[in-house]
Formats: sequence, C-alpha cells, structure tokens
Amino acid sequence: MIRDITLGQFYPVDSALHRMDPRTKLFGTMVFIISLFLADHVAAYVVATGFLALAIRMSRVPFKFIVRGLKAVMVILLISISFNLFLTDGQELFRLGFLRITREGLSMSCFMGLRLIYLVIGSSIMTLTTTPNQLTDGMEKSLGFLKAVKVPVHEISMMMSIALRFIPILVEETDKIMKAQMARGADFESGNLIQKAKSMVPLLVPLFISAFRRATDLAMAMEARCYRGGEGRTKMKPLKYNRRDYLAYGFYGIYLAAMVGVRIML
Amino acid sequence: MSIRVENLTYIYGAGTALEQYALKNVSFEIPDGQFVGLIGHTGSGKSTLIQHLNGLLRPASGTVYYDGTDIYNEGYSLRDLRAKVGLVFQYPEHQLFEVDVFSDVCFGPKNLGLARGDVEERAKDALKQVGLKEKYWDQSPFELSGGQKRRVAIAGVLAMNPRVLILDEPTAGLDPKGRDEILDEISGLHRERGMSIVLVSHSMEDIARYADRLMVMNHGEKVFDGTPREVFEHYRELESMGLAAPQVTYIVHELKERGVPMEDGITTVAQAREAILRLLGKEGQL
Amino acid sequence: MGIIKASRLIFDYIRRDEDENIQEVDRAIDNLDLDIEKGSFVAVLGHNGSGKSTLAKHINGILTPTQGTVWVSGMDTADEDLVWEIRKRAGMVFQNPDNQIIGNVVEEDVGFGPENIGVPTDEIWRRVDESLEAVGMTAYRYKSPNKLSGGQKQRVAIAGVMAMRPECIVLDEPTAMLDPNGRREVIKTVRELNRREGITVLLITHYMEEVISADRVIVMDDGKLVMDGTPREIFSDVELLKSYRLDVPQVTELAWELRKGGLKIPAGVLSSEELMEHLLPLFDKRFPGQIHMGSLVTV
Repeated sequence: MIRDITLGQFYPVDSALHRMDPRTKLFGTMVFIISLFLADHVAAYVVATGFLALAIRMSRVPFKFIVRGLKAVMVILLISISFNLFLTDGQELFRLGFLRITREGLSMSCFMGLRLIYLVIGSSIMTLTTTPNQLTDGMEKSLGFLKAVKVPVHEISMMMSIALRFIPILVEETDKIMKAQMARGADFESGNLIQKAKSMVPLLVPLFISAFRRATDLAMAMEARCYRGGEGRTKMKPLKYNRRDYLAYGFYGIYLAAMVGVRIML
Repeated sequence: MSIRVENLTYIYGAGTALEQYALKNVSFEIPDGQFVGLIGHTGSGKSTLIQHLNGLLRPASGTVYYDGTDIYNEGYSLRDLRAKVGLVFQYPEHQLFEVDVFSDVCFGPKNLGLARGDVEERAKDALKQVGLKEKYWDQSPFELSGGQKRRVAIAGVLAMNPRVLILDEPTAGLDPKGRDEILDEISGLHRERGMSIVLVSHSMEDIARYADRLMVMNHGEKVFDGTPREVFEHYRELESMGLAAPQVTYIVHELKERGVPMEDGITTVAQAREAILRLLGKEGQL
Repeated sequence: MGIIKASRLIFDYIRRDEDENIQEVDRAIDNLDLDIEKGSFVAVLGHNGSGKSTLAKHINGILTPTQGTVWVSGMDTADEDLVWEIRKRAGMVFQNPDNQIIGNVVEEDVGFGPENIGVPTDEIWRRVDESLEAVGMTAYRYKSPNKLSGGQKQRVAIAGVMAMRPECIVLDEPTAMLDPNGRREVIKTVRELNRREGITVLLITHYMEEVISADRVIVMDDGKLVMDGTPREIFSDVELLKSYRLDVPQVTELAWELRKGGLKIPAGVLSSEELMEHLLPLFDKRFPGQIHMGSLVTV
C-alpha cells in the first residue's frame, strides 16, 4: 500500500547495532566512508571487508535484505565499472573490436565497484538499524555545535521529523486528489510536455492548499501543547552513550589506524 | 443505463506479504433510476467498490458492465464513462483549484471537449441545481463556507451531466441542517432528473429516509442487499459488524416483542409515529 | 468562580486589505457569559459558524478576547505571561486527527507536551505510561500514528493532552471526521476521564447522541449563548433546537412527536428505555393482558 512508503527503510529487530546510539552509528558510517577512499590496496579491502562483515553480523539484518538496497544503484554501478574497465590506459590484456581491456583498468574497475558497493551497504546498515527519529535526534545532537554559529539545529531536526510524519499522508492525499480530478475527466498521462505540465495544476493547487491547511492546524496544535522552540525543552528519549558506544569508538580508532597503516606501508 | 458488477475482487498490495482482499466476489446490478444506499464501517471495502464503478481502479478479477459493455474492454473510453458515472469523493471541496467558483465547475465539462457555450450552460445548470446563489459564482471557492464549498464541488461533478451519481459520505463534517440540505438536493436529483444515486453513508437514519435499496459491505464482501426494511430486520448481525439499525427500528422491535401488534417495515420516525398513534387511538390521549 | 469563566466575551474576526485597513468585521462571539464548574462535563452545541470553535480557542489562549475577559483557573487568558501556564491547565483536542499528531511513534507523540514544558525524563515516561493506559492505547505505543484508525488517533491526541496533567480538556468537534465506531470510542474515553480522573470536559460537537450523558448542555447560535441546561431540559424543546439548525436523537424526536400527537409522554425523553416506560402502560390499557411488561432479556 501507498502508506508503507518510508524514507530510509528501518528493519525492526533487536540487535547490538540497533541499540547503539545513533551518533555512534553516524560517526562509524563516516569513518567507514573515509576509509574506503583511503583504500588502494587489496589488503585494505580485506580489512574493510572484515569491518563490514562484522557490522552486518551485529545488525542481525538478513544479508539478502541488505543487498536488495544495491538494486537502486545498479545502473550507476555498471556505468562506473565499465568506464573504468574500458577507458583506463595501461598494459593491454585483450581487445574486442574497439574495446580494450587493460590490467590497470581491470583492477581499477574492481576497486571502484567494491568501493561503491561497500559505500551503499555501509550506509544502508545505518538506516536499517536506526529509526528516522533516532537519526534526526542523532543529527540534532551531533550538529549541536553549529548552534554557536546561529544554525537553528533544533528547528531543522523538528522540521525533518514532521516531514517524515506527513510524507505518507501527503502521498495518499495526492492519490486521492488525482482520482477526484480524473473523475471529472482530467487526464494526467497523454499530451506533450506543456500539456502535461498544465494538467498538473488541478493536482498541485489543491495539494498545496491542503499542505498549508495542515501546517496551520499543526502549528496551532503544537502551540496548544506548549511548544515554543528548543529552549527549555527536555527529552523523553535523551541520547546517552553506553559502554557499547565507547567500545565502538575504540574500535573505529583501531580500524582507521589499520587502514592508514596499510596505505602508508603497502 | 444499468451498472452491473460481476464477481469483483480487488487485492491491496498484490504480490507482497501484505496482500489483503479489499473486495471479494462482489456482484450486483443497479438498474436505471434507483437510489442505493451503501453502508459499511471504515475499511469494509465500500470506497474501493465505488472507485471501480467509474473505472478508477482495475479489479484483480471480475468486471463491471455499463449498459451491457465491459468497461475494462480495450478501447473502451473511460473518460466517457466518467462523464456518465459521476463520482463525488469524500470531502470533495479539497479538489477545488480554480480562481473562481464558476471556472471550477467548468473544469469537468471542459475536459469533455464541449464548446465553450455548452460548458458554461452546464456549469450554470449545475450551480443552480445545488442551490448556490449567483452572487457567489465569481468568488474564490476558498472564501466560501464549508457547506458552500461542498456544493461547488458536487456541482463540479454534476456539470459532467452524469446518469449515475455516486457520493462518498457527502455529509461528513457538516452540521445537521447542512446535512439535510445536501441530502434533500441529492434526493431532488433522483426524483426530478431520474438520476441513479449511490449514496455511501455511515448513517442508517439517512439511508432509511432516502434509499430504495440498501447494500451492506463487511470485510470486502457484500453481506446484505435489499430494501432498508429488509436489511434492518438483521439488526443483530448489523451490530456485530459495528453498524446499527436506526434507533427507531429498535423501539419498534421491542414493542413487537412485548406483544404490541406493530405493523412491519417501519424505518423512520414519521412511520413509527403514525403506527403508534393509530394503534393507541383515543386511549392514550391526554 | 468556576474553572472556566467568561465575562461579556466578544470576539471579532477582522479582515484587512493590503494597507491594513479594516475591510470586514465578523463578530464570532457576541457578549457571552459563561461559568463552568470544576469536574463537570459540559457539551457545547451549535451549527457550523455559531461561534463554538472560536469559544474553544479562547480557553487555552490560542485566541484572546476582542472585549471582555476569559479566566482559566482564575488566570486571565489575555495576560501573556500566563499563556503557557494556561495551556498546561487547559488542554485542547482538535477536529482533524492527522493534523495534531507530531510524533512518528505513538509514545513519542504523547511525550511531546511534557518535553515542551521541561518535565524531567523519568517523569515524562511515567506520564506517558499513565496517559496511554488512561485512554487504552498502551498496546499501540510503538506504532506509527499513520497505521491507526481515526478514533485511535484521537485517543492518542487525548493522551498527549493528559500527559500535561491538565485540569480541563477542551475538545473541538473531536468526532466530526470519524465513523460511528470511532465516535463511540472517543466519547467513551472522554467520559471515563471525566468520571475517573475528575477532569473538567468541554465537548464541542453537533452530534446529539454525544451530549445525552453530559452534566450540562450549552447551545450557541450566532455567537450568543441561547440555551443552557441539563440534556433533558435542552431536549424538551425540539422545535427551538431545530430553529438553531440542530437535530435531536430519533428517540427524543419520536417521543416529542407522540406527545404532540396527544399521548401522555413527558418532554425531554432521552433514551428508548425511558420512552418504553411511558409507552407500555398506554399499550397495556389499549390491549389489556396482551402486553408483556416485565424486563426483556435482549434489546
């Protein structure tokens, strides 16, 4: 059903990774991404694979489910692999008509492919184990230092979490308005680009009006419940680092050191 | 001009783990000029059902015939069908978008490709039918009251000149007077223009007052289909579905059970009043 | 003075053009006096546009009077320093269940109010647990609000208000967008809160069945308070109610019609049991020995 669409799919099981502080996971993902760009040797990829395998195991999300996320980036993946494969100069291995494959190209495209795959898997582990709410909370807290330079961090994260709540509602509403206009003979499919754009007016105007009405209602409801910005607010679910988070940070340190080590030594 | 529905089945989330029957083998026929009430609690499949009657949804199996033709046949113009089978959604005022009332009502007939004169003629007729005064016609629809907006939206569908009018809870959120006004207008369309009406409602009282026939949906299936008085006989089953017969039918039932020779088929307050006063005659007078 | 008191309350909606000149003044509340006793269940009736929602918005300071005064627990709502204290004491539930839930998870939404007023974390949890229990939504605490029915969403909204520990709740047509099941669910919840926790309830509605068990019913028309009394008193004048664009439950209407038709039935009948009580003796006299007068198992 249309209301099941969610941003950043969350996989609801209870695991060590699920229970980890979102900030730890955000930071870990960042460390992992940086380390991928440091990697230029097989040994580095072995270490990174180890790190990823550990994270997957700890998340208790089925491997199949994680890999499913790759489908969305398949095209980009194939393009970048073939570009690297065919367009890198170096020692020729074999050629097929005008296509030429070099030893350098082969290793480059393998690394590039792996890097992209790991990148996607790494970040989907984070979204699969963290609810959107925890994610916004984590970002609010980790980016808290930006408040000093007048970035409204609390407001931004409140907006994100409200958006998350209203996206499914608005998707459903779009569907309804579309059908209502189709019942009045509207046609959203045929015609050239300009006609199509014009045919969106009967859909977009009611949708905007409804979004504004909802926003006004929501603002009033929030005010009625004493909302007045982030000042003086307490948290029902404050973020708190546990032993497991400190361990994770320690582990990130070791991992990063290993990756840097490989880069320098090999 | 009949609508015939045959073994209609519709599945939500087909092919996924969350597969759910929204409609299961629903069949019926609505002959020309009938006023049908359609009742069922939220999620009973009634909204899904009416969206098949003008081809907005495609069934998993089964089909809909309009005037004897399968509407899902290749080449069948769904747009023409939608002009003949008008569908007014719940809270229809949310679909208004034009700068003024009149242009909004023109949207439907304009989509039918009519000449400008005809379009305006139809819009005028439709606005008159819903009883919206001319002084509002060039106002923005967003400045009208809730009840007025709803009339504009209904006029927008009426301007398509449908033979069948389907309304999904046209009185939701209106106050009692606003509700009666809209229902009276709908009943007027039925009487004076011979339009077939399908009225989706939560209110048994309203259905009892207006409909010739009542269909009850539960869990995607049609469970009752008959005149309101026939259906209200099953008030116990209706209750178990989270529905209830009109209050007055309960009183009539109790009187009968206690031995009062009440006549059959009483569904409205006016009928109950007549029956009781006739029975008591002078005895009960002050 | 009761928990809510309004004195000579006037409120005008003022429409201005671009140059801030007054274009149109629409008097939504016209010289209204009201005093509501602590712990009572008061229903406010009136057709759309009668001013009842405007009145509701005065009670927690969303709107402030154009003229006159509104006090909540003795605090003047026009006093800006008191507005948050007033909102804490007088919670509000609105019509559209979707547009008042902020959290993405039921329990987080219930915690939203207490978070705003700076309640410590442990205490928030305690209040969330209690509030969810009070509205019977504990089983749904980890669910997304989008997966709930309309009636359940309204119960979550009520729990969100309860978590602020208010003295009174104002419900502005909380059932207008619900189906009959949802409507029953919400009214039952509100009634229980009133009885068990002693919360003062101001229920704004135009469904007559919902006001029968209220302690007091107020009818508004054209910004004025036009009727005020117990449900029985209010329902004894069906014609007057109809003149205010309102309706009565079928039982009340039938009883009133029969009374008009000359039968010995009192005014303001509220339930079918009551109607039976008056009808059966009449039938017994008309058909001696035929009428079963004792209690019936069902019905």
